[in-house]
Amino acid sequence: MTGLTMSTERERPFDPPDTYARLRERGTVHRMRFADGHEGWLVTGHAAARAVLADSRFSNRPELAHPPLAARAGLTEEIRSQEFKLPPGFFLRTDAPEHTRYRRLLTGQFTVRRMKGLEARILEITEARLDAMEAAEPPVDLVDAFALPIPSLVICELLGVPYEERAAFQDDTKVMLSLEAKADEALAAIGHVFAYLNGLIPRKREHPGDDLLSGLIEGGELSDDELAGVAFLLLVAGHETTANMLGLGTYALLADPVQLAALRDDPSLIDNAVEELLRHLSIVHVGPVRAALEDVEVDGHLIRKGESVALHLPVINRDPAKFPGGDALDLTRSATGHLAFGHGIHQCLGQQLARSEMRIAFAALLRRFPGLRLAVPADEVPLRTDMGVYGVHRLPVTW
Amino acid sequence: MRIEADTTVCIGAGMCALTLPEVFDQSEDDGTVLLLMPVPPAGLEEKARRAVTLCPSGALTVT
Repeated sequence: MTGLTMSTERERPFDPPDTYARLRERGTVHRMRFADGHEGWLVTGHAAARAVLADSRFSNRPELAHPPLAARAGLTEEIRSQEFKLPPGFFLRTDAPEHTRYRRLLTGQFTVRRMKGLEARILEITEARLDAMEAAEPPVDLVDAFALPIPSLVICELLGVPYEERAAFQDDTKVMLSLEAKADEALAAIGHVFAYLNGLIPRKREHPGDDLLSGLIEGGELSDDELAGVAFLLLVAGHETTANMLGLGTYALLADPVQLAALRDDPSLIDNAVEELLRHLSIVHVGPVRAALEDVEVDGHLIRKGESVALHLPVINRDPAKFPGGDALDLTRSATGHLAFGHGIHQCLGQQLARSEMRIAFAALLRRFPGLRLAVPADEVPLRTDMGVYGVHRLPVTW
Repeated sequence: MRIEADTTVCIGAGMCALTLPEVFDQSEDDGTVLLLMPVPPAGLEEKARRAVTLCPSGALTVT
């Protein structure tokens, strides 16, 4: 039995909760009680996390997973129940070989070269947002004016989802990721987005465009249910991840004048800076969770068949064994090898898109507003400890 | 140093092509790894090793 449970509350905005950071000093794998009473495990070490994520004896199927957070216990129970089925195309929560089939249909669309090819368009979108900011009176909420619309516009354009219809999915996406939403509210939000996508797919079939969804429809390999599942995954993932890295990343830079000046004075640091911000901030602050399909030993601990393993990415990405002095933000550090995008077969499909978006958006923001600063005291920025993906709810800035 | 790539395991994350585009590329069809240089020149060996370590799926091996 263990007293350790999972919480998202933090002492400082950019550091993982002290409880879990201190745990890492004692070892890499720990007993943890999940929200439904399950006695599972928490991983805090980098090498152990890589081992778990790369091991096919650990499953990502939702019906096998226990919820680390009390706030998600109800939703997990619904998903584990017989009545609720995730749509077939929601391949994030599948194992190989089922996963392989979906991933293969998409990876060609997200290659390094394809994403570099999108950069001119991402820059146009970014500059248009900066123009709008410049035309407005400061202070401006950077989340609303910049951090959310850029990735949202990009993923909508890439998928072929009309951006002007975003009211049909943006608020529901927020509810899905809210740790304060009740299970029935989260399920209703999932239902709304599916209803929207189920309506969109026949429209796309009728009027195809030069976009990913039209390409998948034309390819004919996926049923309409599968198409909706794939579209759902990419739309939600494309919205809430890069947006929060842009918001929290800007906040972290504004809070650290030395690092901010280093990047502003040397724009060639941007590739490195993006990796370091990904590592240091690790916005997926709960999970991923895997379930052992058989007994597996990880770093000297025997994980029994059926037990769940949660990975604390913010703590893992500061493991001094991998990143010496990892608690410091250092934009000149070599941060590659961080697990902010995960590891193993589920490593983020859109990571090269996210990198392109961040490189362009951070650089353009600092170019346009070299005097950018917070418009409120630093401790008044509302933090997303109540959301499955960490970040800031709002970031009032002036220049 | 010789690199081998198993495209049946590859998930097209692109870490190798990002790290060392002289040696690794990705297929236009399914994004899986294309090995441009199975035997990288001495000057690229260290980066090639890093690319192999960064591969999330274990598709790359060094002999």
